[in-house]
Amino acid sequence: MPDANQLLHLVPKAEAKQSMKDFKSDQEVRWCPGCGDYAVLAAVQGFMPELGLAKENIVFVSGIGCSSRFPYYMNTYGMHSIHGRAPAIATGLASSRRDLSVWVVTGDGDALSIGGNHLIHALRRNVNLKILLFNNRIYGLTKGQYSPTSEVGKITKSTPMGSLDAPFNPVSLAIGAEASFVARTIDSDRKHLTSVLRAAADHPGTALVEIYQNCNIFNDGAFEALKDKERAQDAVIRLEHGQPIRFGVDNGKGVVRDPATGDLRVVAVTEENESRILVHDAHNPSPTTAFALSRLADTDTLHQTPIGVLRDVERPVYDTLMAEQLDTAVEQNGKGDLATLLAGNDTWTVVG
Amino acid sequence: MTSQVSSPAEQADEASEALVGGQRAPRSDHAGDGEKEIRRLDRVIIRFAGDSGDGMQLTGDRFTSETASFGNDLSTLPNFPAEIRAPAGTLPGVSSFQLHFADHDILTPGDAPNVLVAMNPAALKANIGDVPRGAEIIVNTDEFTKRPMAKVGYATSPLEDGSLDGYQVHPVPLTTLTIEALKEFGLSRKEAERSKNMFALGLLSWMYHRPTEGTEAFLRAKFAKKPQIAEANVTAFRAGWNFGETTEDFAVSYEVAPASQAFPAGTYRNISGNLALSYGLIAASRQADLPLYLGSYPITPASDILHELSKHKHFGVRTFQAEDEIAGIGAALGAAFGGSLAVTTTSGPGVALKSETIGLAVSLELPLIVVDIQRGGPSTGLPTKTEQADLLQAMYGRNGEAPVPVVAPRTPADCFDAALDAARIALTYRTPVFLLSDGYLANGSEPWKIPETDELPDLRVRFATGPNHELADGTEVFWPYKRDPLTLARPWAVPGTPGLEHRIGGIEKQDGSGNISYDPANHDLMVRTRQAKIDGVEVPDLRVDDPSGARTLVLGWGSTYGPITAAVRRLRAADEPIAQAHLRNLNPFPGNLGDVLKQYDKVIVPEMNLGQLATLVRAKYLVDARSFNQVNGMPFKAEQLATALKEAIDA
Repeated sequence: MPDANQLLHLVPKAEAKQSMKDFKSDQEVRWCPGCGDYAVLAAVQGFMPELGLAKENIVFVSGIGCSSRFPYYMNTYGMHSIHGRAPAIATGLASSRRDLSVWVVTGDGDALSIGGNHLIHALRRNVNLKILLFNNRIYGLTKGQYSPTSEVGKITKSTPMGSLDAPFNPVSLAIGAEASFVARTIDSDRKHLTSVLRAAADHPGTALVEIYQNCNIFNDGAFEALKDKERAQDAVIRLEHGQPIRFGVDNGKGVVRDPATGDLRVVAVTEENESRILVHDAHNPSPTTAFALSRLADTDTLHQTPIGVLRDVERPVYDTLMAEQLDTAVEQNGKGDLATLLAGNDTWTVVG
Repeated sequence: MTSQVSSPAEQADEASEALVGGQRAPRSDHAGDGEKEIRRLDRVIIRFAGDSGDGMQLTGDRFTSETASFGNDLSTLPNFPAEIRAPAGTLPGVSSFQLHFADHDILTPGDAPNVLVAMNPAALKANIGDVPRGAEIIVNTDEFTKRPMAKVGYATSPLEDGSLDGYQVHPVPLTTLTIEALKEFGLSRKEAERSKNMFALGLLSWMYHRPTEGTEAFLRAKFAKKPQIAEANVTAFRAGWNFGETTEDFAVSYEVAPASQAFPAGTYRNISGNLALSYGLIAASRQADLPLYLGSYPITPASDILHELSKHKHFGVRTFQAEDEIAGIGAALGAAFGGSLAVTTTSGPGVALKSETIGLAVSLELPLIVVDIQRGGPSTGLPTKTEQADLLQAMYGRNGEAPVPVVAPRTPADCFDAALDAARIALTYRTPVFLLSDGYLANGSEPWKIPETDELPDLRVRFATGPNHELADGTEVFWPYKRDPLTLARPWAVPGTPGLEHRIGGIEKQDGSGNISYDPANHDLMVRTRQAKIDGVEVPDLRVDDPSGARTLVLGWGSTYGPITAAVRRLRAADEPIAQAHLRNLNPFPGNLGDVLKQYDKVIVPEMNLGQLATLVRAKYLVDARSFNQVNGMPFKAEQLATALKEAIDA
């Protein structure tokens, strides 16, 4: 892995030192008081100066949903588009303008329901996009229907007897869709959130960051198990590249590979098994272990939820390949000449 | 097709069916012994028909190329099934290619073939209904055996039972002769048989004195990696030619002189609608000095544009084959936001899927060209057949008040100019624009006078570079929705421009500032302003061709131009006055359209739909426009249209 995303060098740097204020637009933020989106917005606005890019070369593209209002509050270029289509629109922008840093802001309904197709194809192509997926496990803007990440049996306005759908695990989905970078973080953990944003920005290609985000109106406390200090110790598995995967009180639990099945499981760490505790390798070309890690979480209780960068591997970036084909075509054929093109090979002349 | 509506050639042209294949003054080449007779014709309609796998489209294309380089005017009609390989020898599997060529200017691929080449019984059965008595039919007798005939319901051989008595039938064992000609090549029977279309092409090339060098060069280039196959095809092609030259069954060959009078001086090539449209987009990109970005999803009959544009990356053309129709237009819109000349290409079903994004483009007010190569609908409909039934979808197929300009080319070559015009409107007014072509234009071809590139329109645009508004406190700001007072277009500020950072979206925005606004009066203003912008798009006045003060006007749009004009010529040749006008701009209509319509007692609107343009003009101008409609997947025939127009005049 290179130290930093080489593609970032294509984006002009800010000339002067930036502050968080530079990234705040003049628009009044209109999320519900107490919404987790505020924390994410603050974290992103706080992180941007650290990135140091010219803000006119930063674009936020969103779809529809509460989180998709995000671009209005960023003093960068932005587009609030239509439901589910942000990855497609951003693909056109990023693949035609490599001098831009393009960010997609989306939600669980926007990205995984109506826009599921665009999400998986952006990941497969590895377009240079940073996708922030705000997952609150509910439809907020339409006032409380179950979403594709809601747990089975969830009682909502549209599921008075409980939802029947098995939920998506967005991280598993992204890894299955050939994502080169997949991370998960939590709205309330500013420090962790910022560290994940940094890693995503440094990644050449599509980065998917799932952000657990509390909807205090329609699904309050959905991630409480991960936020409550006591319970979080057993619920959250903090992944750090190169570190043994341990969690729980006094790091008493660890993840080992079951030699019989190859699957991962959680064990109480002992002196005998300590050497078998898995060391997290985000850069492993094979997605198998990252996928297995993503499956440790219980979708109902969120018990044993890994957070951090699950996968960060380098593979060819779509926009780069597209630009290279254009360069190659010019090398091979010279710059296109319109008159030659229009004339073709088979002409005849009529003399007046 | 090269003519203006009132061509000087009109008396002679498609004035009546009887003239088809009419003879010019006889030449004296009819020498005595051993010399074959050569007759001169003014025009000929040939139809090649065979199984989907017989290579009829290629055969037609080659004959067309030779005919074009010879200097005839021409018009073509490829007609093929949606299945790639329908079951061999069946009626649904028949593929055909009709070519009309002449020594003067012509407008359509012709109503009825003078010559039918039928490669098998299915091809004969599927096409004989269109062939008038007296026409020549060349059949591949090798295929007229019991099973292939039974497959299409011939109980007895039509070659022997007298059912073709009224025709000049040439029975030729094409397969046998081809295999015989290629026996030196050591090919399997099956491989050798494949060249039978080239044998047929050789024979027809002899019959009509077509040049042959182009086809031989084409075959050698096409099979460059398989020189043996290339030579086999060239040999079959020559064998076909020689067969015509030597066999007694073909006693006469025909000459159709170059249409030198029909063409203004210049350099010409043959071009299909989809190719002309692709070139128009590349030319627009150059004239606008903006990179071309195509977001598309494969769909018949539009995919050729995706294929073509993807070949021209050295023009800076980016082509993105998306995961679906929605992503195709989404990517294009994203590229438009970034400052590209953005295009999406599709057909009717794709337009339906793109509707929401077109609405977003209307709201964002970004330039975007939406190319709809119309095909038969609804739903999957007739993927490979033509229709004009997406007009109202283009006009109104979106939620809310979402006006979009509509431009429709009239001939294959006109697709080039129409693409430039669509780009002009999109870039000048910052709006999505519909370019409505159809399957007939897309696949049909005609000679095209290659334009001088320095005479193409200047389409350059100015991006916003600085603040455009002063707030009350004197602060200079950028307002993304502060409009140009002349065009009502908003500024195009592309990312990367310092100081102009702004946010746009599909939510209603405040006039000027572009900030989210739910204010009722502002919404009313914005809806009316967006409409006014499109209503104000500059389009040229409608030209009416009315040489003799007619009382009836025939009004058309799009690909019906050829058949309507041919029908009008027929009527005028029979001293029946009729006026003709053809719309290129369907939204907004030309400013004089209302006045034009009111000058005539009767207005007839022929369309390949159930009366969509007629509905629009009736609603907008309160005129009693009458429809003449055909939705059978095929273009109008000139004769049938002339009859319908005559009935309308007399009614």
